[in-house]
Amino acid sequence: MKTLQGVGASPGLAYGPVFLYQQEGLSFTPFQVADPPAEWSRMEAALKIATTQLSAIYEKALEETSEAQAAIFEAHQQMLDDPDLIDGIRTSILDEKNNAEKALMDTTEKYAQTLETLADEYFRARAADIRDVARRTLRILLGKQQVDLTLRHPAIVVARDLTPSDTVQFDKTKLLGFCTAEGGAYSHTAILAKALALPAVVAADDAVLTIARGDCIILNGRSGEIIVNPDQSTLKKFELQQNAEKDWAAVELSAANQPAITKDGQQVEVVANVGNLADTENAIQFGAEGIGLLRTEFLFLNRQKAPSEDEQYVAYKAIFDLMGARPVVIRTLDVGGDKELPYIDLGHEENPFLGWRAIRMCLDNPKFFKTQLRAILRAAVGHKIHIMYPMIAAVSEVKKARVLLNEARDEIKTAGLPLGETIQVGIMVEIPAAAVMADKFIGEVDFFSIGTNDLTQYTMAVERTNKKVGHLSNALDPAVLRLIARVIEEGHKGGVWVGMCGELAGEPKAIPVLLGLGLDEFSMAPALVPHAKAIIRASSMSECKEIARAVLDMATYAEVEAFLAKTIRPVSSIGDELK
Amino acid sequence: MPEIILTIRNKVGLHARPASLFVREATKFKSTITAIHGEAQANAKSILNVLTLGANQGTKLIVRAEGEDAEAALQALTVLNDSNYGEAE
Repeated sequence: MKTLQGVGASPGLAYGPVFLYQQEGLSFTPFQVADPPAEWSRMEAALKIATTQLSAIYEKALEETSEAQAAIFEAHQQMLDDPDLIDGIRTSILDEKNNAEKALMDTTEKYAQTLETLADEYFRARAADIRDVARRTLRILLGKQQVDLTLRHPAIVVARDLTPSDTVQFDKTKLLGFCTAEGGAYSHTAILAKALALPAVVAADDAVLTIARGDCIILNGRSGEIIVNPDQSTLKKFELQQNAEKDWAAVELSAANQPAITKDGQQVEVVANVGNLADTENAIQFGAEGIGLLRTEFLFLNRQKAPSEDEQYVAYKAIFDLMGARPVVIRTLDVGGDKELPYIDLGHEENPFLGWRAIRMCLDNPKFFKTQLRAILRAAVGHKIHIMYPMIAAVSEVKKARVLLNEARDEIKTAGLPLGETIQVGIMVEIPAAAVMADKFIGEVDFFSIGTNDLTQYTMAVERTNKKVGHLSNALDPAVLRLIARVIEEGHKGGVWVGMCGELAGEPKAIPVLLGLGLDEFSMAPALVPHAKAIIRASSMSECKEIARAVLDMATYAEVEAFLAKTIRPVSSIGDELK
Repeated sequence: MPEIILTIRNKVGLHARPASLFVREATKFKSTITAIHGEAQANAKSILNVLTLGANQGTKLIVRAEGEDAEAALQALTVLNDSNYGEAE
């Protein structure tokens, strides 16, 4: 029995044999060939075999899944048959005397890179397809066998990392969970696992790749723990825990519609982050008391023209109507830099995360911005709607937005249309400047909502997805916690309520800290609501205040982490250690 | 050289299956067929080139054909586009 540690990326427990998926290393040496025509024949033969393989996969996919799922492999075949691609490869071999491997990889990579520059994510995703096809052909040129992805029995898939097309090929009825050596909590594997409600552990390091085929492991998607070949007593504990977890999830869900009140009587609001109507339905199912963050990007991306006022009005009203009397915090458009809109020239920026985005872009396009504000104001009739501006760095920006909001109101009145009158206005606190200056926003806003993902990124100067600096990116770093504490303190002094819509608000170990700091509203992914409420009900404010005071005085994230691990008792048996 | 303008109406644009069908239709003809979206030009018989046009919903695509069956090719591509590539809206 051996225990390994990774990062829990999708909660749940699984026990079963390992399916070790190793994407073989396909390296080759580029060289000049002596006989280009012979090399070209070798290339043509490999292309023919790849096409045959793909047609077999297409048939299999058609049989096992749907025509829509299978179509991707038809497109792969068409790529291999592409006259321009073939021409490119032929020229590279016959004229430039490159070996087939180099000719293939250079030519396909050019297309992949062009596709990656496109604005539309559907098109960008095709880069992975051409690379997939290239790898398949390269494998044939190198005479290597294709890795078999068939799960013959239920298994936990262990891999270095998984691409979207890898994961889609596994038989979902036999898949028990995922465990990867690389990847982060936001990797494709994590997202897919959550969608399938399967446990996943990521960033477990190379040690997991040494697990032998046929070994059995316990996977704890919450704690990130992996136990290889557990003994009888551990296995027994696991079974008890798995049953308990199922029971607990059911208990938590059944209590999800009850309010979240601490043992000593403090009630806080638990609400959800949503990005469309389907999410909103989920939020209600999971007992969210409102919406703490409605992202409006869904209406603006992947289209040629900006949505009209009426189109936005209809979309917002559908969500507001579903929520009824429950409060909804709607965030104005948060795009720029890294996300392109064909109808607004965002220009190329060296550093989009520090560039012309969100409220900055909206304030410079008053006509465009007011269209959204009018749609929100009109849809707000009869509902409790709060407008939130993203990426606020300075008080002057809120003042400018207020002028535009008032103009939008007047325009609706002039048009003789009804509009929601009692609307709160707040800002997302995600730039350290806004947190530091929180007291100066009093009088300008009705609420603060702390966005911990960006606040952490901007405070620590780390890009979340950059592996080399990722260890510095922790929302529970004392530096970030001090800013959060400041925002809450200044907000309360000025009579402004304070919420949080970043990942941290739904994180079990962070909830007692945030309660202790005095947070009024916790907003999170809908599925996290029941467990968060259970944690709040099991907490007491007096203890939480002690915890908060202690962590604010710590010097490093490591200290905070160690302290929370030993201080906070997991609610229910879910977080129990399996030792 | 005859040319037409096609408005791409289907939801995901000239991508996946629609792109596949577009290229397959173009390949049936001897003429050289070029599709143009903004500054990007593509050989209509090359799936990779057609994809790199990034022709999403609402795109107005200029299609030019040169050769003995140019008119017939453009006619066939118009019919295909009008059928919305066999997809519902």
